[in-house]
Amino acid sequence: MSSTDSPSPSLSRAMVQLRVNGVSRSVALDPDRHLLYVLREELGLTGTKYGCGEGECGACTVLVDGVAVRACQTRIGEAAGRSVTTIEGLAGEKGPHPVQQAFIDAGAFQCGFCTPGMVVAAAALLSRKPRPSDPEVRAALDGNLCRCGGYLRILDAVQRASQRLREAGESTR
Amino acid sequence: MSSRAGVVPFDLLPPGERPYFDRWGNGLVVVLPARRPGPSGWGAGGPPHGGAWVHVGEDGKARAFTGKVEVGQGTRTALSLIVAEELRLPLSSVELTMGDTDVCPWDMGTFGSRSMPDAAQHLRSTGAAARAVLIDLAATKLGVARENVGLEGGAARARGSGTGRSAGYGELVAGLRRLEFVPPDTRPGPPSEWTRAGHPVQDVGAHDIVTGAREYTSDLHLPGMLHGKLLFPPTYGARLRQVDLAKARALQGVVAIHEGELVAVAAPTLLGAIGALKAIRAEWDPIPQPSEAEVVNYLRQHPAEGEDFWDVIHHQAGDVDVARAAAPVKLEATYTTAFIAHAPLETHAVLASWDDDRLTVRIGTQTPFRAREAISDDLGIPPAKVHVIVPPTGSGFGGKHASELAVAAARLAKVAGAPVRIAFSREEEFTQAYFRPLAVIDVRSAADRDGNLRAWEFHVLNAGSAAARTPYRVPNQKIDNQPTESPLAQASYRALAATANNFARESHIDELASRVGADPVDYRLRQLADDRLAAVLRAVAKQAGWVPRPARAGGRPDRRGRGIAVGLEKGGRVATFAEVHVGEDGHLAIARLVSGYECGAIVHPSNLRSQVEGGAVMALGGALYEAIHFEGGRVLNPRFSEYRVPRFRDIPPIEVVLLDRPDLPSEGGGETPLIGVAPAIANAVFDAVGIRLRQLPLAPDGYVPLSPE
Repeated sequence: MSSTDSPSPSLSRAMVQLRVNGVSRSVALDPDRHLLYVLREELGLTGTKYGCGEGECGACTVLVDGVAVRACQTRIGEAAGRSVTTIEGLAGEKGPHPVQQAFIDAGAFQCGFCTPGMVVAAAALLSRKPRPSDPEVRAALDGNLCRCGGYLRILDAVQRASQRLREAGESTR
Repeated sequence: MSSRAGVVPFDLLPPGERPYFDRWGNGLVVVLPARRPGPSGWGAGGPPHGGAWVHVGEDGKARAFTGKVEVGQGTRTALSLIVAEELRLPLSSVELTMGDTDVCPWDMGTFGSRSMPDAAQHLRSTGAAARAVLIDLAATKLGVARENVGLEGGAARARGSGTGRSAGYGELVAGLRRLEFVPPDTRPGPPSEWTRAGHPVQDVGAHDIVTGAREYTSDLHLPGMLHGKLLFPPTYGARLRQVDLAKARALQGVVAIHEGELVAVAAPTLLGAIGALKAIRAEWDPIPQPSEAEVVNYLRQHPAEGEDFWDVIHHQAGDVDVARAAAPVKLEATYTTAFIAHAPLETHAVLASWDDDRLTVRIGTQTPFRAREAISDDLGIPPAKVHVIVPPTGSGFGGKHASELAVAAARLAKVAGAPVRIAFSREEEFTQAYFRPLAVIDVRSAADRDGNLRAWEFHVLNAGSAAARTPYRVPNQKIDNQPTESPLAQASYRALAATANNFARESHIDELASRVGADPVDYRLRQLADDRLAAVLRAVAKQAGWVPRPARAGGRPDRRGRGIAVGLEKGGRVATFAEVHVGEDGHLAIARLVSGYECGAIVHPSNLRSQVEGGAVMALGGALYEAIHFEGGRVLNPRFSEYRVPRFRDIPPIEVVLLDRPDLPSEGGGETPLIGVAPAIANAVFDAVGIRLRQLPLAPDGYVPLSPE
């Protein structure tokens, strides 16, 4: 716990740069701090949730260079110099991300606590595989827990988002 | 922030003295008082219930207040719809405040599926009474008879001779400070005429959920806030012998307290608080606790006195011994369940802050008014000095009733002179919250050669009394529930007792059907004493494409089986169909579930569907995998990697069949849909391979035991 006990931490610690939702941020390089801790406790980005701290629930899913990762398992050094997108950075200027809109349309949440992690994981899936089968969606989201049991609606939402993204792609072509 | 010194919670003031109009402006307020429990637990004139009040303001909007809370079960939208319906307002013109102890009516708490039968009915009456006053005001304003006033979309319109004139609600209540009570003869609109409630609608707050903007208690931050951690005993019931806080206190910025049983620390950062907790030196005196292997005998040998819903019941009709002696078919079996964890995705969290001598506690709780009482008792301050607010909460499932964390945060905040937030780690959530009790149920039955029930003995140990009574016709009955001591902390859980009792009964009924060679659906229909439940069973059998056939002791060649179960509890009727496949190695795959539910008039169809479907998923976990393992009062699997809950890969197709009964009062849908899942699957496993499973979970690690007990 040297990091918190140190009287003047900023003097004794190296800093690293990362881009968070398009903004460059400088944070302390500290082996005790995972990306989740930095996002929530230091940068005030609380949309990314703590659910288990062992990478088993997916509530802390964020994108690092476009790839879905567990922020609770990502050492801050691993994110250095990279681009982090959280749920807060997913929406575009014109409104919600298609996955977010699809979750609203499908009513794919109850308490909503797993939703940010689910949405980010689904967005990552659709960006690499725009037309996933149901088994592929299940496999991609198997690491995300929904204790309210909304899995089938989430599945529906991801397929709606896939459809929506394809239609948007076709209309701009 | 203005000084809160003069604030008195509304429920602690007589209605005429509450500053409704100072807070929300001129207008109309209609109040339905709560019936608070008396010394015996019952208020004058019946069981306690929450209150409701509605304010219609000069802005034409309605502000409604209930003491119930939303922890993710969707009641905010459902209750708002009820108010919108009665006041003929768009949903966006209704603002519902829930569970805020300063301004909401007193309420026992959000449990027992009471939000629909209690809060919804009371908001409905209050809305209807407010509508009646608005009609009076409109009749005067528009110069027409009451019966010629039509309300729609937030405005009153004259019909008949005065056609064309109208006035908005804001105009009707302008300049008024009118307080009314709900008259006893108030008649809300019948559900058959609903145009808003009972129809599909988007949930309120959806945008904030999907964008991450919604702030749960664990996301809240106040200036100068510290993070708190509690010292917990290493084993259940261990007593603190000695504690040394010196090393923790020596750390920069750390506050450490030892007050009574409470040992806790607070630090400017979460990591700092964790470090301070580790710096505490403590010695404990453990008390001996039974192991998992001996727990069933332990429960049998350690009866405890009943309390609350845990109550002891003894129900008797006819003479079971005489009937049993004369009956040709006799069965006897014991069914058990496991301790399981709620594991809400948001762990327990609380944020306490003081403003002079007044305390504000933001907490994810199902019982805000009980929390206020507990905090006020513990700290020795008047209830009026405690303000409990329930921010959005990442689910509860019956697991968020306790107030210890709130007390700890309040005590730390007092000593530190700064706000303190405490949130459980996942391991703390698994070890320091309480569990659904482990239950043992002994069933003895007797029937005639056709299977008609003659005698029914149902002895429940430690499950609770819900759904212990049988919905089947049987002349001779003996049903009792005996609470017991427990080797782990245990308390409420979503449909706790009903799940255990229904598993035992519906498994046993299936055993009887099989014994007499009867089709399980037909057998139940012949014996059921409840027509509504029979209707749900028929609907599910139809949806499932049920072809009558008796279950076979030897199983089926393709190892595919089908099972059915019904249940009646808290006014709701459920029937569940399960289709399974059991591999040669015992691997259990759930191929399909059909869940049928009837709970009177449906208020929010999409949400009810969501509750029934989500309830089936949650029940799958308890039915198949979930079990807390323990030794000497210590939990052995306190993390998701060791405690299996349902994931995407575990979810079969689930078909939901809802039966709407607009002619009947609305009951809850959050619990009863769970109780058919475990027995339907156990019955399907029997149909598939001829093995009767009488122990939950049925398939720990995904496999059912293939050798009979």
